[in-house]
Amino acid sequence: MSRALRLTGAALLAGWIAAPLLPLLVWAFTGRWVYPALVPQELSARAWTRAADPHQQVIAATGTSLGLALATALAATALGALAARGLVLYRPPAAGLIRLVLLAPVLVPPFALAVGVQEVFVRAGLADRPAGVALVHLVPALPYTVLVLIGGYAGYDLRMEQTARTLGASRYAVLRHVTLPALAPALLAAATLAFLVSWSEYLMTVLVGGGVVTTLPLLLFASAAGSGNQAFTAVLGILTFVPPVVLFGATATIMRRHRAVWAEADPPAAVPGSGPPAAVPGSGPPAAVAGAGPPAAVVAAGSGSSAAPPRFGPSDSTPGPGRSAAAPEAGPPAAAAGPSPSATPPGIDR
Amino acid sequence: MSTSSSSSSSSSSSSSSAAAGLRLEGITVTYPGHRSPVLDGLDLEVADGRLLALLGPSGCGKTTTVQIASGLLAPTSGAVYLRGTDVTRTPPERRGAAVVFQQPMLLPHRTALDNVAFPARVRGRPRRAARASALEHLRRVGLDALADRYPRQLSGGQAQRVALARALAAEPAVLLLDEPFSALDPGLRHTMRELLTSVQREWAVTTVLVTHDQSEAAAVADTVALLDHGRLLQQARPADLYAHPDSLAVARFLGCATALPGSVTPHGRFACPLGELELPGTVTHRGTGHLVIRPEAVRLDTGPDGVSAVVRSVRPEGPFTALVADTAAGPVHALLPPGPQPAASERVRLHLPVAHRWVVAG
Repeated sequence: MSRALRLTGAALLAGWIAAPLLPLLVWAFTGRWVYPALVPQELSARAWTRAADPHQQVIAATGTSLGLALATALAATALGALAARGLVLYRPPAAGLIRLVLLAPVLVPPFALAVGVQEVFVRAGLADRPAGVALVHLVPALPYTVLVLIGGYAGYDLRMEQTARTLGASRYAVLRHVTLPALAPALLAAATLAFLVSWSEYLMTVLVGGGVVTTLPLLLFASAAGSGNQAFTAVLGILTFVPPVVLFGATATIMRRHRAVWAEADPPAAVPGSGPPAAVPGSGPPAAVAGAGPPAAVVAAGSGSSAAPPRFGPSDSTPGPGRSAAAPEAGPPAAAAGPSPSATPPGIDR
Repeated sequence: MSTSSSSSSSSSSSSSSAAAGLRLEGITVTYPGHRSPVLDGLDLEVADGRLLALLGPSGCGKTTTVQIASGLLAPTSGAVYLRGTDVTRTPPERRGAAVVFQQPMLLPHRTALDNVAFPARVRGRPRRAARASALEHLRRVGLDALADRYPRQLSGGQAQRVALARALAAEPAVLLLDEPFSALDPGLRHTMRELLTSVQREWAVTTVLVTHDQSEAAAVADTVALLDHGRLLQQARPADLYAHPDSLAVARFLGCATALPGSVTPHGRFACPLGELELPGTVTHRGTGHLVIRPEAVRLDTGPDGVSAVVRSVRPEGPFTALVADTAAGPVHALLPPGPQPAASERVRLHLPVAHRWVVAG
């Protein structure tokens, strides 16, 4: 009875998340789909061929996005770990204030932050360069890694490292055999979040990259807002949401299998800690949401309504991915708008 | 690399018992922002292959002493010698002073066997050899059957035994145990003490056991060092510590509440309001001091050499009865065996056996 209820709930939830992705898939292979047809009249892989064309910058942008996201994940996780270690284990006098400063980027409205950051970066000569964009992606990513790793360090005992030292382990050996394994779940969760923040970052990339540094979200928003080519936009949407889902689905599986051997398997222990079973599925949906946000904009753009909402769309939905981790309800509205393409007026594409 | 050198030096130094296993010299530790030092010129010596219990109230500097000896903390001043070698500036991993804390601190992602193999592995020994010797160490603590278990599958006592085996597997010059059994329940604590003494004797590894439990200290230690406010109050064999405390503070800490003020005459008798009391020949102190006598030694007696007293309080203490009675010289504490007990305010005579009398200065 309760099991059936739980299954139904899970199915509903899965449907809620997956539903907006379905039209995306259909659109990506659509050659012609004219109102009032319920299904596309013609299927084609034309949009994919177009995406593979170097002139469209899709492959280059995917590479840039991936590079930026990996660099951000690595740097933000390392810095977050250092900050959390200092805050939790050594309790500096102004720990509360330091924590507030570290978390400030999620507390300050993104636009206010972005304008200030751009000003600084232009003066520092970091604007319009990939390195500058990588650096600026750290700003929104760091609060998440710090938060997650503060949780990771909460159950950590410094005496574990001390014991290992007295048993003959050098500082490096302690890091490798004691600290990293103990923090692995939290580190993975933090890296996941940082990757996602960077992967779906729009505003900072536009302002600091100055249009020179092109990432997938930039192409996606440009295509969604301006081209009217729904199939191509759908392809970009898929390219945007598939890599993070695949990447972190894989790491979560590896992590779970590895941890299942020695860590407590019962959920009550996993929930308060930042173990991967709790953290990764938790951060999985934001990935889907980040991917699901743009399709909503696609529908809005294709619906023939005035240009204002789509143009507003990017700036509106940019905070979405950033916020989605903190407030997942930012996603579903966008998702809800997704699954009704058949009701939209004809978005013709040939 | 240090494995071979430490094991060879252990065999050589155990034959020549001249160098102390561990010596602390004038150790002073002042934490930043604190005015009074945690350790204040502490001198401590543990004979090679012996077990020293470091006893003292919480906050007396016991744990800091372990941190200094292991190299986890650098002293503000003073020096640490292991087998005659100055290791004050040697980092913990090259010092050979293995620490076991109150919690086992096992690596959760490694089996008991691999935890015990850890010291050999980080010193670069091949896995197979490290595991073989680890299994041998697990056998010594009786846990070879649980070698494949992960720490979370072990009970508290089992985990602490693995921790002990792991520390021994590091072949340390000195084993530092910081309240290792305090988290275990009493019965288990007893078993662990016996295990510790048998393993320690067998391996003849110089050991410092930090504890706040004097019965634990007395049960396992060759010598006991009593610490208070970062200073060494007294270091002696357990029996001597109880029978011949150096000071009132030592007597008080070890549960000797009776302290009658007076003075020792040149003839070696104790002059106090109760008259001139006879003292054993071992008392060499002369002049003012306190007569101390352990509560277990005091008996109710109607004999002629008894001391007249009025019972102030009577309360049960386990199977015994704790009695406080006022004499002309001050209160006397007694721990009486089961039997008919006096009531409060009753006038009694107390027998203070001469052999158990002792005088401390001050």
